[in-house]
Amino acid sequence: MSNRTIIPFGPQHPVLPEPIHLDLVVEDEKVVEAIPSIGFIHRGLEKLVEKKDFIDFVYVAERICGICSYIHGMTYCMSVEQLLKLEIPDRAQYLRTIWSELSRIHSHLLWLGLTADSFGFESLFMQSWRIRESILDIIEETTGGRVIFGAAKVGGVRRDVSSVKLDEIMKKLRVYQKEINTIGSVFLNDTTVKHRMQGVGVLSQADAKSLGAVGPMLRGSGVSQDMRMTGYASYGKIGFTPVVETAGDCYARTKVRILEIAQSVDIIQKCIEQIKEGPIEVKVIGMPDGEYFARTEQPRGEVIYYAKGNGTKFLQRMRVRTPTFANLAPLLATLRGCQLADVPVIVLTIDPCISCAER
Amino acid sequence: MSSISKSPWVIHYDGSSCNGCDIEVLAALMPRFDVERFGVINTGNPKHADILLLTGSINEQNKPVVQNIYNQMPEPKVVLALGICATSGGIFRECYNVMGGADKAVPVDLYVPGCAIRPEAIIDAVVQALGILEKKRAAMNAAAV
Ligand code: SF4
Repeated sequence: MSNRTIIPFGPQHPVLPEPIHLDLVVEDEKVVEAIPSIGFIHRGLEKLVEKKDFIDFVYVAERICGICSYIHGMTYCMSVEQLLKLEIPDRAQYLRTIWSELSRIHSHLLWLGLTADSFGFESLFMQSWRIRESILDIIEETTGGRVIFGAAKVGGVRRDVSSVKLDEIMKKLRVYQKEINTIGSVFLNDTTVKHRMQGVGVLSQADAKSLGAVGPMLRGSGVSQDMRMTGYASYGKIGFTPVVETAGDCYARTKVRILEIAQSVDIIQKCIEQIKEGPIEVKVIGMPDGEYFARTEQPRGEVIYYAKGNGTKFLQRMRVRTPTFANLAPLLATLRGCQLADVPVIVLTIDPCISCAER
Repeated sequence: MSSISKSPWVIHYDGSSCNGCDIEVLAALMPRFDVERFGVINTGNPKHADILLLTGSINEQNKPVVQNIYNQMPEPKVVLALGICATSGGIFRECYNVMGGADKAVPVDLYVPGCAIRPEAIIDAVVQALGILEKKRAAMNAAAV
């Protein structure tokens, strides 16, 4: 029998911008078990609803995570708007969709870069992030912020975007799309990259379902599920079919994300074609009362916001189930039996966002 | 000027941030802002680092980790608190699991506010940190003579 060794991974580790700690139990080079310990970034912000009123809390919700910041803020607003029974104007819904998709593109590019870094392809990492900066420029031009841009508010959106600007954005996105295709083909066709990803970290369809995977992790294993199918914001009017791959390995998950970038560009185009002039917000009247679950699709998967109001300006309870949390169980399952050298790649392929998982 | 201020090596650790600032730290290393042109290199090993970039606030669990990284860095060293979370706890200051800014764990040389901090601010802070490094080195040399 070979010896078992425990190798600590994290909390401070070069491939992880965020702290999570895994104890990897290895036999020779093979990982037999991965034991996570979390809690390095727990802040306890759900309890802040007792101190900040439901309008101010949008700022906290946006800071649950700095990458999908906008979608967090928007989902929180959606849950409160339901409690207040507000009808959000069409233009605001389209703008919300556009910003959500821009967030998705920049998040996926960020992920592509980090993944390239995890298997040591430094220049691909740089290229992905270079293109991501251009997307951030669009966000900055329309909202004034780069990563946390505060465009969501209860009752609508904070800023309007002129139609001239929207057309400009579309033109730029088409150019960036070409650049993204170029780096995308490196990820999908390069022999070395394929070697590091094909057949690595396989998650079967049955496991993906029973362990409750979400987002590209789930769709990479052949399950066609995406919260955008429920038609929140303006996805209902635009129509949406998720990108699905069946292999369930790191390569499939990468492919899903690359195809989703192209899909996001198309969604933005449809939004820009359909968007009409009109108001961008409604007046907020009343106090939130009752309870509601809002579910949306983040770049990493489905996020659920539960809000419970009691007729005062402070919510009674707010709860978030984030995609990374849901993906932790499937991650541990895929780590079992893998090679030690593949651990960084597999950990990154769930697109971990520890700050939202721990809040 | 010593070699240290020509090419400082930085190490980044995320306390309990929202990720916004961490991503901007990484963005500062990317082609657009490219701090490498100033000789700044990001390292994962505290024993090679001259400047510690801390983002996010401090809590009971990450305090020993931050202190551990700090203690492993060779002298002279500079600590930068990046973002309003690392400066004071920021929007999360009232949370039950937030003790406060980075100075609750280690001595901080420079506070850089912003939420999220912009890469330009990070670059400016690192350039200022070079001056501090240089002063600390001179003080060390003077003490050694
Ligand atoms: S300062 Fe703002 S962006 Fe930076 S970690 Fe704190 S909340 Fe996030």
